[in-house]
Amino acid sequence: MAFLTDRKRASGMGSAKTGTEHHWQMMVTSVALLVLTPLFIFTFGAILGSPYEEVIAYYQRPFPAVVAILTMLVGFFHYRLGVQTLIEDYVHGFARKATIIGMICLSYAAAAFAIFAIVRIAL
Amino acid sequence: MSDVNRGNRPLSPHLTIYRPQWTSMSSILVRITGNALIVAALMIVWWFVAAASGPEKFATANGFVTSWFGDLIMTLSTLGLWYHLLGGLRHLVWDSGRMLDVDKSELAAQMMMVLSVLLTIFTVIVV
Repeated sequence: MAFLTDRKRASGMGSAKTGTEHHWQMMVTSVALLVLTPLFIFTFGAILGSPYEEVIAYYQRPFPAVVAILTMLVGFFHYRLGVQTLIEDYVHGFARKATIIGMICLSYAAAAFAIFAIVRIAL
Repeated sequence: MSDVNRGNRPLSPHLTIYRPQWTSMSSILVRITGNALIVAALMIVWWFVAAASGPEKFATANGFVTSWFGDLIMTLSTLGLWYHLLGGLRHLVWDSGRMLDVDKSELAAQMMMVLSVLLTIFTVIVV
């Protein structure tokens, strides 16, 4: 290792240059969720605990269904970005890469299952 | 650069050494609440998928979500969600270059904690 020059040791260690995009997407999803979250809390909260038939009828209405779809879509995308930051801070090496990939897959899968389910109820 | 002898230079004070501050504590709570919300989020996904799968599946999922344990997770998550929302709002204000002074930042941290509790109480009453 002593044969490495300082120049060689430093090259290729810079940022991935995707930070601005990550931050911007975080800002956009934050603003969207500022509106969506309260709407979801009160629409979902209103029907949670009701019998099956009422839940199905409720989510066949456009407003609660679209609020739920958008919240799941934007929410899980926001989570996918946030959890990546968390992992990058505390997990290192191969485990970092594996955890990031795993959590990104989980985020998209959860969003897809939720949206498919809501669309199926609504249509 | 582990091969470089960096000497016995003092390390910067870390979380375990620093006295807790409103700013640091309110910041770590934004991270904890945001990431912990995955539990309630996956429960809600399960609830929707069960509702789309038929009455029997729905009865199982709905039974769990509305049980005392499900209620506990949902209520704590509501508190976490409101807190995280206010934390995000604070980030957006910061990003616009406002409220960056220590005293204003601390005031925002205290407001987040008070408001999130009040909003949770309001949500529990309304819902």
